[in-house]
Amino acid sequence: MSQQPVSPVRSLRVDRLYKEYTAGKPILSDISFEVSSKSSVAIIGPSGTGKSTLIRCVNKLIPPTSGTIYVSGENITDLHGAQLRRARRKIGMVFQEFNLVERLTVMENVLCGRLGYVSPLRAWLRRYPKTDIDMAFNLLESIGLIDFTRQRADSLSGGQRQRVGIARAIMQEPHVLLADEPTSSLDPKTSVEIMELLVSLTETHQIPLIINIHDVELAKRFTTRIIGIARGGIVFDGPPSELSNDHLQDIYGGENWLQ
Amino acid sequence: MSNTPATRDYGRPFRANWLARSGWLIALLYTLYAANLLDISWERFIVGLDNGAKFLGEMVPPNFSRWKLLIENLIETIEIAIIASAFGVLFSLPVGLFAARNLMPGWITWPFRTFIALCRSFHPVIFAILFVKAVGFGPLAGILTLIFASIGFIGKLFAEAVEEISLKPVEALRATGAPFMSVIIYGVLPQVLNRFIGFSSYQLDANLRNSTMVGIVGAGGIGGTLFSAFQRFDYDFLAAILISIIALVMVSEYISAQVKKVFQ
Repeated sequence: MSQQPVSPVRSLRVDRLYKEYTAGKPILSDISFEVSSKSSVAIIGPSGTGKSTLIRCVNKLIPPTSGTIYVSGENITDLHGAQLRRARRKIGMVFQEFNLVERLTVMENVLCGRLGYVSPLRAWLRRYPKTDIDMAFNLLESIGLIDFTRQRADSLSGGQRQRVGIARAIMQEPHVLLADEPTSSLDPKTSVEIMELLVSLTETHQIPLIINIHDVELAKRFTTRIIGIARGGIVFDGPPSELSNDHLQDIYGGENWLQ
Repeated sequence: MSNTPATRDYGRPFRANWLARSGWLIALLYTLYAANLLDISWERFIVGLDNGAKFLGEMVPPNFSRWKLLIENLIETIEIAIIASAFGVLFSLPVGLFAARNLMPGWITWPFRTFIALCRSFHPVIFAILFVKAVGFGPLAGILTLIFASIGFIGKLFAEAVEEISLKPVEALRATGAPFMSVIIYGVLPQVLNRFIGFSSYQLDANLRNSTMVGIVGAGGIGGTLFSAFQRFDYDFLAAILISIIALVMVSEYISAQVKKVFQ
């Protein structure tokens, strides 16, 4: 894992993003923020405010209604087809339910991160370039799953699966890593381990990290910046130390739960 | 808690479904009426049994003296089934994929779904008659018949299997920027491959059975010999043919069970 192209600075900029599923009822309105190099950002907010939608708008799995998205300075908003796929390679994604291909091996799942770089024929024949294979082995070593290389993904535990999911995203050599509730399907101890892994891997690879997360304590502990979303807009954007109970009350509503 | 009487009358705990009850009653009455109409009575059944006993008597012992013809016919039957299955499986993989509504837009799926529906709309015998008229007597008509039957069966079930897959890995692969074919190869096929092999081996089985039948209308295989044995009241040879068909089907079932074990 020696390749670390430092320039240009890896970054994500979201500019005035709107998303409405039904016209006139925006679920996200006027979202703007920027993340670059080593920073890690947590996005918090009540269920159903569109945190998942926001993350999927970034790589256009869900098309945004309006607004602009820049990855390392490149405007990807209007890309289609092959160009969009090339842009998606730069955006790694980690999912709540891991989204592994259960019947494939751990190695095959990790190499899925290279599918954007390899032709379908070579992928089908498992003829990945040597550098990809080496990178996968190194990553599996660093996430502690080297002994599971040839096992099927459905034989792993939840925490192990999420490690594979993270390795798959890192394999893309992304310019930004999006994590959608990466710990919500895991127990508290495993959640902490997964957060540690996410933060440490993105720091060593200098990838800006954006995490949707329900657990405010985890968010405060592992990230350097928190964005609070409520009622479709950003209502808080700052370091964890500035996030007060008043802000939380504003984001989630009510107060009894804060005792 | 035990035996505390309800504090007030809540009414009946289950709802009586009078619609279903009357439905059952009507079905029963119609069955009796139809049997009466077609003159299916106990006396008629006894007469039939008598006839059947005579027929069975003439079948014993089976006559294997023309075993050369029998083997020749069996080989042709197996050839028809295997060639038809190979091409049927080959064609139904893309047809099933293109007919899956969760992966393809409507303007692609509907022609393929229509094609599958056409393949399924006729019984193989009708297809066989059509193809005998179109390409002439012989195994080619039988092969074409069973190819269409295979596409109808495997294509439809495979499309349904694809429609039932989890889209989560598919989403993840799309997010990596993988091209469409790679998403299919890595995200879709692993989820459905063992079912596809199950359908295919079942269809090979069905094709073996059906290829014994297409010969009756002149489309090759052992069916033709079977039919002429019938017409010549050659019942002991008929018994030999039936026994060979049973043996063939049992062997094929054993083989397809072994194949499924390998791909579990």
